[in-house]
Amino acid sequence: MTKVEASLATSIGPINLERPVMLASGILGISLDVFKRLHRSGAGAIVTKSLSKEPWEGYPNPTIFSVNGGGWLNAVGLSNPGASYFAKMLEENNDVPIIVSLVGSVPEDFEFMVKEFDNCKIAGFELNLSCPHVAKVGLEVGDDPELVKKIVTAVKKSTNVPVIAKIGLGTTHYLQTVGSAIDSGIDAITAINTVRAMAIDTETQRPILSNKFGGLSGTPIKPIALRCVYEISSKYDIPIIGCGGISTWEDAVEFFLAGASAVQLGSAVGDRWIDVFNEINDGMLHYMKKKGITKIEEMVGIAKKY
Amino acid sequence: MQRNTNHTTICKIEKVIDETPTVRTLVYSDKIMPTVLPGQFAMVWIPGINELPMSVMISLEEGKAAFTVRKHGPSSTGLFNIKEGDQIGIRGPYGNSFDLKSGKLLLVGGGTGLVPMMRLLKFVKPSDDVTLLIGAKTKDEVFFEDFASKLLKNNTHKIIVSTDDGTYGEKGFVTDMVKKLTDQTHFDGVYTCGPEIMMYKTVQIAHSKGLFVQASLERMMKCGVGICGSCCMGEDLVCKDGTVFDGDHLLSNKEFGHFYRNKAGILEKY
Repeated sequence: MTKVEASLATSIGPINLERPVMLASGILGISLDVFKRLHRSGAGAIVTKSLSKEPWEGYPNPTIFSVNGGGWLNAVGLSNPGASYFAKMLEENNDVPIIVSLVGSVPEDFEFMVKEFDNCKIAGFELNLSCPHVAKVGLEVGDDPELVKKIVTAVKKSTNVPVIAKIGLGTTHYLQTVGSAIDSGIDAITAINTVRAMAIDTETQRPILSNKFGGLSGTPIKPIALRCVYEISSKYDIPIIGCGGISTWEDAVEFFLAGASAVQLGSAVGDRWIDVFNEINDGMLHYMKKKGITKIEEMVGIAKKY
Repeated sequence: MQRNTNHTTICKIEKVIDETPTVRTLVYSDKIMPTVLPGQFAMVWIPGINELPMSVMISLEEGKAAFTVRKHGPSSTGLFNIKEGDQIGIRGPYGNSFDLKSGKLLLVGGGTGLVPMMRLLKFVKPSDDVTLLIGAKTKDEVFFEDFASKLLKNNTHKIIVSTDDGTYGEKGFVTDMVKKLTDQTHFDGVYTCGPEIMMYKTVQIAHSKGLFVQASLERMMKCGVGICGSCCMGEDLVCKDGTVFDGDHLLSNKEFGHFYRNKAGILEKY
């Protein structure tokens, strides 16, 4: 019997990573020291919190809520120190694969922010076209395919760094948003963002989140995210990063089989802390050896054959 | 069914104790909070106002716990203004706890930083010789002196209050007293919670004398569970890695004692 050497290295279009599990945007993504620690803990890349042109304080608490039965509901309100502050911090980065998430309303916001990172070593930009709980940005942008075209075109003109669009479930069919992004030259798609949702406390009879509405993440949305990855990879030839409720190596493998080349996770960090990255890495390697798979790309989209 | 401790549980405030003109203790009944370890905290929801990380105060009554709050900003003032019969939400407990040594112990608390110190007193052994230092700006702001004395009635102990303006107890900063005491006596464990500069100096003094020292830190928090990143300090997350850290670890952290993060996540100087 020949020994099979399995590798976790993967490529998402022009982005090459040593490991396929990334930290999703919005989670812990605020200091370079924490990014280094996450990288050491097995994360293949770190996606930063979504950065805006100016610093944002976000919403008052409660901003995060644990749903009984599984999953997290959040409306942090995209609190972030602003793109310029962040870029300064990332100038110190040498060896962590960092993907900078950006949020804005008009192409000019994105052009400005992208240029701020000219002196930083980063692996890519991820355009947040899907945050479900802040007005005028995120999902409201993603729901406007013409605006998506303008933004992606402007960003692609402003940088040579690979650009990813993160899409979610809004009022426009997400496949249309994906199509607009691809037409404008996007390098990859992250699917999906949290799903707009809410929770009400029965005792005090009021919505729990200060913003009333938030985004649902974690285990409950995994089958939805998986369906979206499968649909995107069936319709378009574009590298996909799967995101939504991934917390075990089986979850990650499911997304590869559906057509993703890499995955992101966030809620699992809240449930299992940062050990979750290496637990998934180890589990995937074990699975690949058992199945005689040597590279992640050999798994990508296999389920679509049936 | 076991309670999902990340899910908010609603509690009714049963008693409000005025500690000082600006500090109150709110007592409630709960199954879990009376049993938490010193250094652990809860996320406390003040409906319609905010949700705050609060160290869990002990109650001398069975099955009860409390929160001790100083009114400061709009959110802590919201909690301060809670009345008997009002409802609050709690989730947790979160965080680690103090590593309690035996022998001669020095506890240094400033303001509501005394809360984890009071809970720690519940865990000392009768054979421990305990010195508690209470720091306050002025006489009106001194609290928990009698409470601590009750908790320590079976121990060899000393309670020293120092006020910055000398209106009560010793005059001067509590850290001057830390210096004086550690010059005279070897302590087997030094524990501190309070304003960060006070903790920074206490850790520095104790560490320079080779003493085992730990501090329980406070940072702005949104989630309490290691998701939002608001409480990061260098590579540490106060909610998950703390709130209690060893002195040598803290002194190697370039943000401890110097910087905190504002609501947008920007580092600001203390």
